[in-house]
Amino acid sequence: MMSWLPENVSTYGKDIDRLFYLIYYITGATFLLVAVTMVAFLILYRHREGRPARYTHGNTTLEIIWTIVPAVILVVLSFMSQATWGHVKGHMPPADVHVQVTAKQFNWEVTYPGPDGKLGTQDDLEMENEVHVPVNKVIIVHLKSKDVIHSFFLPNFRLKQDAVPGREIQAWFQATKPGRYELPCAELCGFGHSGMRGWVYVHPADEYDKWVKEHWPSA
Amino acid sequence: MSDAMSVAATATHVEHVGHEKLGFVRTYIFSTDHKMIARQFLFLGLFMMILGGLMALMIRWELAWPETQVPGTRWIPEPFMTDGYMNPSFYNQLFTMHATIMVFFVVMPILVGCFGNLLIPLMIGARDMAFPVLNMLSFWVGAVSGVVMLAGFFVPGGHAAGGWTSYAPLTAVTQYTGVNWGQNIWCISLIILGISSLMGSINYITTIVNMRAPGMTFFRMPLVIWSLFIVAILLLLALPVLTSALAMLLLDRMAGTSFFLPAGGGEPLLWQHLFWFFGHPEVYILILPAMGIGSDILAVFARKPIFGYRAMAFSMIGIAFLSWIVWGHHMFQSGMSPALGTGFMISTMVIAVPSAIKTFNWLGTLWGGSIRYTTPMLNALAFVSMFVIGGLSGIYMASTPVDIFIHDTYYIVAHIHYVVFGGSVFGIFAAIYYWFPKMFGRMMNETLGKIHFWPTFIAFNCTFFPMHILGIGGHMRRIYNPMQYEFLQPLQPVNVFITVSAIGLGLAQIPFVINFFWSLFAGKKAERNPWKANTLEWVAPSPPPHGNFDTIPVVYRGPYEYSSPEVAEDYLPQNRPLVSAQVAAAH
Ligand code: HEM
Ligand SMILES: [Cu+2]
Repeated sequence: MMSWLPENVSTYGKDIDRLFYLIYYITGATFLLVAVTMVAFLILYRHREGRPARYTHGNTTLEIIWTIVPAVILVVLSFMSQATWGHVKGHMPPADVHVQVTAKQFNWEVTYPGPDGKLGTQDDLEMENEVHVPVNKVIIVHLKSKDVIHSFFLPNFRLKQDAVPGREIQAWFQATKPGRYELPCAELCGFGHSGMRGWVYVHPADEYDKWVKEHWPSA
Repeated sequence: MSDAMSVAATATHVEHVGHEKLGFVRTYIFSTDHKMIARQFLFLGLFMMILGGLMALMIRWELAWPETQVPGTRWIPEPFMTDGYMNPSFYNQLFTMHATIMVFFVVMPILVGCFGNLLIPLMIGARDMAFPVLNMLSFWVGAVSGVVMLAGFFVPGGHAAGGWTSYAPLTAVTQYTGVNWGQNIWCISLIILGISSLMGSINYITTIVNMRAPGMTFFRMPLVIWSLFIVAILLLLALPVLTSALAMLLLDRMAGTSFFLPAGGGEPLLWQHLFWFFGHPEVYILILPAMGIGSDILAVFARKPIFGYRAMAFSMIGIAFLSWIVWGHHMFQSGMSPALGTGFMISTMVIAVPSAIKTFNWLGTLWGGSIRYTTPMLNALAFVSMFVIGGLSGIYMASTPVDIFIHDTYYIVAHIHYVVFGGSVFGIFAAIYYWFPKMFGRMMNETLGKIHFWPTFIAFNCTFFPMHILGIGGHMRRIYNPMQYEFLQPLQPVNVFITVSAIGLGLAQIPFVINFFWSLFAGKKAERNPWKANTLEWVAPSPPPHGNFDTIPVVYRGPYEYSSPEVAEDYLPQNRPLVSAQVAAAH
């Protein structure tokens, strides 16, 4: 079932996938345990003439065990999740490249800071629905919205972050493989929500330099 | 027997209710009898279920065969459909109203409205609710709210289209959706419904606290009564929050207040905090009664005491407390501080523990039983097994990093339907088959019941299980044409399979409708206690008259004394006095 996951091309994607698989195995095993026990009970204990049901109100030891064991597993899972959560959404790592993505009904406006590396200056460049980034570099996305809530979703990067009007939210990723990846909006944003989509182009270093030269010839 | 008589005679609750003849209107329409009100809620819920189900099928058609003509819809006018082709904004209205109807006008009216009303007085041994007139008002206010909600389809601009979660600012400004009065009506209807639920919950709490029959201590109450008691408390505390949020949204829309609009100094995330502070207790409002129903039915048909009665009651109380501190798990990716996300992850993991306890106790109840596969039992078993899947899928989303990927995908849709359809709706079916004889005085047909159950169970899984696959593939929720995305195109056969299964699931309900109406008029007459159960509702005639009991029963023991060695039969009703001679004879 897990083979349906889209290809992962981000550095932290493998950590997320590892947790995904871990939970898949834990819940899969739990489900099998419960299902097999249940089916076995349903067959073994079906009504038979002359065989009375067992008169029992419970078993404290058993009940304590099946309270403690899931509790321990779930708490351990929380701690394991926390490391990856902090890594992906907690503190932003030092950036190699900044881009600003402003969502609006029903487009992604992508603003590049240009050679000075600063957003909001003269040499900024704006593109629609196209995010160009170099491979193996830390990209910080400055997410904004002009109208309603949208969600910046990169399935191949295992990244999703809502864009909320009235504030700037930062998100980051580091691509591991050049290519062209889809950027759908994941939060209902109006009648054009379906089809609100951009592309992330991950360029190899030399190709990225060429792309920069093309757009900022003076630099 | 003489023992019981003397206890009953001294009990303060024995008073005679006047049996004056009531006219048609007072009996069937503006009735104050809890059983009639229960039936009214049931019919309201079942009617709405048909509407909500048809909407779901239209949604599914669109997803499997996007932008093709939807069969049988040529009559739907512009701007909803154009010659049978669905417009995107109508698609948004459909999933908004499908969820709104199913949550607020199907599951709540049936589980809480119908079965709360039917069972609370009967199972605690009372003649009616504490406030019968309030009870009647609760239904009629709810019905008005339903009419108002449906009216939203007939106003210019169409109905609300912002999802059942109605996130601001999308829903706070008309121009963002093009929906004007539809969204206002959505808010107004739910405010009215909140009043209805408040009246109901005050009534339930008062009745359970004050009107239990002699001997019916809290820890002799059936688990279904425990669940309804807890649900009433949750409703009482959660609904005012929703009502306030709705009022703020309406003010933003109509009076320019900007509670949720950043341009005016407001905060979009405030809506989400308020909505989910209500919303998470709400999802437990939808499932707790089904847990109670499942527990009772499992014990009856396994002919065994419930395993760990107190643990079952305390885990529901635990869920009730914890449900107030997990709301942020709906907002992990919303821009809320990641540190808060951590806290909500831990509380969410913890709330899965009481669910695990309940599951293992249900298994413990089956262990060593003498299981009868009646239709109510099959549905109760389906409830348990499907709830397990829904609970387990919750753990993926509770893990914040995994939720980054699956949030707002079909994985969530799969989870919702395993808990609400697999859990609550199978609970509803179990309850209808089980209590139909008490409610209407006739048995439902077992063969038709099984013809309904098996196709429903299979089609349910074929419909909703593959949604996990879509979610893992990254398929977003609330999109109307998946083919617009390259990465989703390989998943399209899954969408087609789901839609075909969903149509099957719809068709599988036909035997239920036939069975329901046929049994209503021509079913076998039911005895008082057709399932040989212990709880007090089976002491009353089927259906119980006004006032329910010939004399108020006296309770001697807990509700689950099945296969007790104290008696020869395999059940021991809560109200049967045990004279020591009888005990001796049984040994
Ligand atoms: C075992 C316990 C459960 C856990 C750990 C759990 C966890 C979660 C989480 C984390 C989400 C948010 C996912 C997201 O949007 O990214 C969620 C959504 C949801 N859950 Fe659960 N859940 C549990 C049980 C239930 C139950 C019993 C019900 C209802 C009967 C329920 C109904 C829902 C619904 C309706 C949503 C989606 C709301 C929406 O966005 O439309 N859950 N659950
Ligand atoms: Cu929740």
